[in-house]
Amino acid sequence: MTAFRFTVNGDPVEVDVPGMRRLLDVLREDFALTGTKEGCGEGECGACTVLLDGAVVDACLVPVCQVEGTDIRTVEGLAGPSAGPGTPARLDPLQTAFLEAGGAQCGICTPGMLMAARAYLDAGGGPDEDAIREAIAGNLCRCTGYTKIIDAIALASGEAHA
Amino acid sequence: MTTVTRPAPEPLVLPTGGMVRGRARGAGPLRREGPDKLTGTAKYADDLVFPGAWYGATIRSSEAHARLLGLDRDEAFDWSKVVLVTAADIPGDNIVSLITDDQPVLVPVGGEIQHHAEPLALLAAADRETLRAARYAIRARTEPLPPVFDPLESDHVFAHYEIAAGDLDAGFGEAEVILEGTYRVGHQEQLYIENNAMIAVPREDGGVTVHGSLQCPYYIHKALKRALRLDDVQAHVVQAETGGGFGGKEEYPSILALHAALLALKCGKPVRMIYDRHEDISATTKRHPAVVTHRTGIRRDGTLVAQDIEVVMDGGAYCTLTPVVLSRGALHAGGPYRCPNVRIRARATRTNTPPNGAFRGFGAPQTEFAAETHLNRLAEAIDLGPLEIRRRNVYVAGDTTPTGQVLQHSVAAEEVLERAVEAAEFERMRERTAATRATRATRATDGTPGAESAYRSAAARTATGVGLALAWHGAGFTGSGEVRLASVASIELTGEGRIRILTGSTEMGQGTKTIFPQLAADALGVPYEAVEIAPQDTAIVPDSGPTVASRTAMVVGGLVIKAAERLRAAVETATGRPFAESYRDHAAAHGALRVDQQFEPYPGVQFDDETYRGDAYPAFGWASCVARVEVDLDTGEVAVTDVVAADDIGKVIHPLLAEGQVEGGTLQAVGYATIEEMKVQDGRYLNDRLATYLIPTALDAPRISTILVESPFPGAPHLAKGVGELPMDVGAPAVVAAIHDATGVWIHELPATPERILAALGAAAEPPQAGQPGVAPQPARPGAPETEAAVEAPIVAGTDPRPDAPTDPQPLRGPQPDGDRPSGDDPRRDPA
Repeated sequence: MTAFRFTVNGDPVEVDVPGMRRLLDVLREDFALTGTKEGCGEGECGACTVLLDGAVVDACLVPVCQVEGTDIRTVEGLAGPSAGPGTPARLDPLQTAFLEAGGAQCGICTPGMLMAARAYLDAGGGPDEDAIREAIAGNLCRCTGYTKIIDAIALASGEAHA
Repeated sequence: MTTVTRPAPEPLVLPTGGMVRGRARGAGPLRREGPDKLTGTAKYADDLVFPGAWYGATIRSSEAHARLLGLDRDEAFDWSKVVLVTAADIPGDNIVSLITDDQPVLVPVGGEIQHHAEPLALLAAADRETLRAARYAIRARTEPLPPVFDPLESDHVFAHYEIAAGDLDAGFGEAEVILEGTYRVGHQEQLYIENNAMIAVPREDGGVTVHGSLQCPYYIHKALKRALRLDDVQAHVVQAETGGGFGGKEEYPSILALHAALLALKCGKPVRMIYDRHEDISATTKRHPAVVTHRTGIRRDGTLVAQDIEVVMDGGAYCTLTPVVLSRGALHAGGPYRCPNVRIRARATRTNTPPNGAFRGFGAPQTEFAAETHLNRLAEAIDLGPLEIRRRNVYVAGDTTPTGQVLQHSVAAEEVLERAVEAAEFERMRERTAATRATRATRATDGTPGAESAYRSAAARTATGVGLALAWHGAGFTGSGEVRLASVASIELTGEGRIRILTGSTEMGQGTKTIFPQLAADALGVPYEAVEIAPQDTAIVPDSGPTVASRTAMVVGGLVIKAAERLRAAVETATGRPFAESYRDHAAAHGALRVDQQFEPYPGVQFDDETYRGDAYPAFGWASCVARVEVDLDTGEVAVTDVVAADDIGKVIHPLLAEGQVEGGTLQAVGYATIEEMKVQDGRYLNDRLATYLIPTALDAPRISTILVESPFPGAPHLAKGVGELPMDVGAPAVVAAIHDATGVWIHELPATPERILAALGAAAEPPQAGQPGVAPQPARPGAPETEAAVEAPIVAGTDPRPDAPTDPQPLRGPQPDGDRPSGDDPRRDPA
């Protein structure tokens, strides 16, 4: 086995596992980052969406050998770091918007949905409904009908550009 | 072998205050467990870590019907590394059952395999590789038996009902037009995004604790006690965060919990059984397929005079909840319409397919699709509009249902209908689509260049239509169900002065953990934040009945309020001061105080389960839906672009959560109507993965506008009726009506796939007779009434073809409560 080095939510990590082990399993089982979910294991549902150097990927389809030297971001890294000792971390505006607009119901698609939305906003995405639908088209939700997820992302885009 | 360094998680700042900025009216507190779900800290079953846990797997049948002669083990495999469980290891009854004792936990050697993917044996190993190898080292030896796949041919009847009112023959005698039609619906998969998952942990007392994704902790508790011979304490069920249920985690978790528990008890270690998507779709319950036949008599003024309805549901291989699903389907089969002479005959039969079970709507979406589509065809047959025929027959207060139930209160069918059609501008939309159809029909027959070309433009080949549907949904359990359940909800003032709600009602996204504290806080006069909710753990909470049937807000919510009112009265009597000011002092002085509130029958509600007479439900919820579609006439593809949904739920507790229920249910109904199709071959699901069983994505989903209507239910202290299932009943018939409006063809079978639409268009096109009415009504003749109306003509010409009308109508306009939606215009939907 080979040691793979990369960063997860800004922290340098090293893991010594078979190279074809799924990034999803490395995150969930080796790093105990269980915020990233498995819904189908074949890249259809998007529940395991994480950002690889800022790009949206399904962690169930990425072998860990492909992430050597990259930066991985997961839902656990969305809430920002504290400003200093004694100061608590803050929710990402997207998380706040999902909470306020009702974008999360059962919550199982939410981590992946948030990461896809984060990538969309980071790329300069705005409140346009059409564009938001396109951005989350790879993430299935069975609870919401997507309406309030779209509302939440639009809301967060307003705050990001305010 | 793994090294990782990460800083400890930091505390989070959550938004304070309760104001909701979404589109919903008014305020509602933020979702109670929302922060955990949004930060990834919520623990679903597969996120729970039990050191030393083994992995479990199920050996399943690959045949639909066979006798199990034996389980052959490969002697070359080292069996000391794994634990194998067969039916012989079950200490108690080899039964998992809610109604009829017909389903084994594992098929015993010598027993009959009744369906593909039926559990035969269980394996557990310390690691996944060993487990995988063991699965290939065991083989079932079987003797095939002849299977039955057609529910109409099966002679094994799980349940049957007959509901009758008035004089059917006299009704048909009065009829001026009689129309017959048969409607079919297939399986639908719940497709919660979290698969079924259960982890069993052996207890020191010889029992087992199961942690899992589930709707009904006490169903599992009962199943464990029976098959494993455990007492109330030894059988211990804890709900993990649950990633969606929709009925799919009502009963299936019982057998999965038993499997995990049997393995855990045998190997003495925690055992994880986390299904992958393929196993979940292959083996777990689906919505019942159904065949519904209507024969209806109507007068030319639009008055319904006779309904003769036959419902046949496919129960699959075991009884499961089928009798109750069928019952609800039968009770809703006529639709929300007044008709004096009715006969509804319903039966559910056994086939050698995986058992069907609960799915949002629970029998009603099947029969209401048939009822609504048939009503639209009746309207067409007497040249009446779909809105007008509903206005003339819709239930109003004082009307009597086929079971003899007089609808006395909370009857809002008319209101939801009018609110939906007004918000959607339904009649104006219909005029426009009729004009567009007429223009297209003219082009198709006058030789306009390009009209018949294989390369016609997107605009030319896209037909737009608008459809309307109306539905009712009985609130709470059917018949005497709530009385039999005798549910309990409790509230406790702890010795430390905390207020805690104790119920077995689970959170699976619908908002239980938010609305219960809201209701209790209101009743106690304390802030929302002051009320806690206990975990859904059978060692802590009472049996509040299952979290199903849209009963949680209405029934259990009512119990929570009553318990809170009693707690408040007890404290205020003792202290002489308002509860909010005195409860902490009371707890300090007197210690803990708990109030248990048991269900009491709603006054005046009575039902006879034997004769099917009386009040089938304490109240009904009402829903209307207007859908707009675009149909590609070349490919048969349907895009549902806009939906306006008006749902009467009695009283809105939390507008944002209630809207979320309507939106989510509506999209499931749109999927049911258009793309969700389970292909079954030789009793096996062919498209048993997410790459092949499709559900709507954000790009497939319509813009959904919700109107919440409040017609209070006086039987509940908070006047609420429940919301979860209502939208599921009404979406599919609205979409099918819209497809007809666009194309002139009726689709009699769900889903309305491109193949079915093209087939219907092809049938209608021979011979092409543009301008012909879609249905040729036949006069009823005594003794020899006409049955099936003539086949549909290809295109229904409008009476007022307005060539200057835009070819693409405006999208539906829904309510714009806060004005934060730009407008009803949607550039995304403009044709190319």
